[in-house]
Amino acid sequence: MRPLLALLARETALAWGRGGGPLVAVGFYAGVATFLPLAIGPEPERLAAIAPGAAWVALALASLLSLERMFERDYEDGALDLLALSPVPLELTCLAKCLGQWLAAGAPLALAAPVAAIALGASPALAPLVFACALLGGIAFAFVGGIGAALSLGARRGGLLTAMIVLPLFVPPVIFGGGALDAFASGLPWTGGFAFLGAYAAAAVAVGPLAMAAACRNALS
Amino acid sequence: MITALTIRDAAVRRGGRLLFEGLSLALAAGEACALTGPNGSGKTSLLRAVAGLVRLDAGEIGFGGADPADAQGGGLHLVGHADGLKAARTAREELAFWSRWCGGSEAAVREAAEALELVPLLDLEVRRLSAGQRRRLALARLVAAPRPLWLLDEPMSPLDSRWRPAFAGMMRHHLDGGGLVLAAVHDPLPGAQRSLDLGA
Repeated sequence: MRPLLALLARETALAWGRGGGPLVAVGFYAGVATFLPLAIGPEPERLAAIAPGAAWVALALASLLSLERMFERDYEDGALDLLALSPVPLELTCLAKCLGQWLAAGAPLALAAPVAAIALGASPALAPLVFACALLGGIAFAFVGGIGAALSLGARRGGLLTAMIVLPLFVPPVIFGGGALDAFASGLPWTGGFAFLGAYAAAAVAVGPLAMAAACRNALS
Repeated sequence: MITALTIRDAAVRRGGRLLFEGLSLALAAGEACALTGPNGSGKTSLLRAVAGLVRLDAGEIGFGGADPADAQGGGLHLVGHADGLKAARTAREELAFWSRWCGGSEAAVREAAEALELVPLLDLEVRRLSAGQRRRLALARLVAAPRPLWLLDEPMSPLDSRWRPAFAGMMRHHLDGGGLVLAAVHDPLPGAQRSLDLGA
């Protein structure tokens, strides 16, 4: 347990430095909230209608930013070898890496997402659900993204490959979360979409580490 | 507990090229073996194969009575060129993390920092360290978290003339305590009872 906690602290610190942290999240959402009205026109009704969806899609894309280096740096500098030479199963090591990624990159984005949605004109009543979707979706994005990052280890242009692998897998959570937000905004039952998002995140946490560990072993040998 | 290292008829192929085959070695507790051979002859691959990171194409590796999964998952240290140290973190953070990851206690980490004279360097970022200081930081793991088998890839090469004999002393101490050392070297390995030439 003690080595895993030490790893989680280290991974969070590394993810913070590699494209996570509050400043990146704030900067990213400031960009979204500024550019979107410039690109599609400043009419408040139109902006308010797309605000939650835009904040949600921006989250999915922002979580791609720091994925590439999630395993690549450890692979290049030998840290992955040393992480593998341990009584701690590589699956748990990968789990800790994804949790670190989520804490440092996903959570600040989830905090910024409702602010951006409200800035674009979404109803403040929507903010808690945007936050909850972003937090839950962030888990799915970190664990599914980790699979892509591990599979593209050692490849040239690994970031491109990661995006190619990961983007199709981001489709279901984007649909579920977007559906829940849309239903809530229209006063319809929204728990179904939210529950599906939770189920997808749970599946990603269960299956992701197995896939990541297998991909890492393959890359090391 | 690893009490011996036996390699029988090992062969490793990397990228379609046969690096070595029919390689055998028996190492008992308290023995060190120098692994020599020209660049590209497979020294690093053999060390990684013993660590379980590279699959053998033929042959087998045994660790005395120990289960290979246990031996490779916490019975050995691997120190090579890729030392896993992050340039942007401080020496203190890196030493503390890797020692804790390998199961070393707080007191053992302090002891290791003193043994390798790292104390004045602990607050520096790893990128500020020289190659030799960086290697000492990597070697500090060996002291902070004792494990029976040391797999070393040119451990002495960045060390200066004062630290080479000092590290040889650390190795002797490890061997006296029943440890095993397999080290890829280009210069003679002090205290080595055996040697294996991959170029021959």
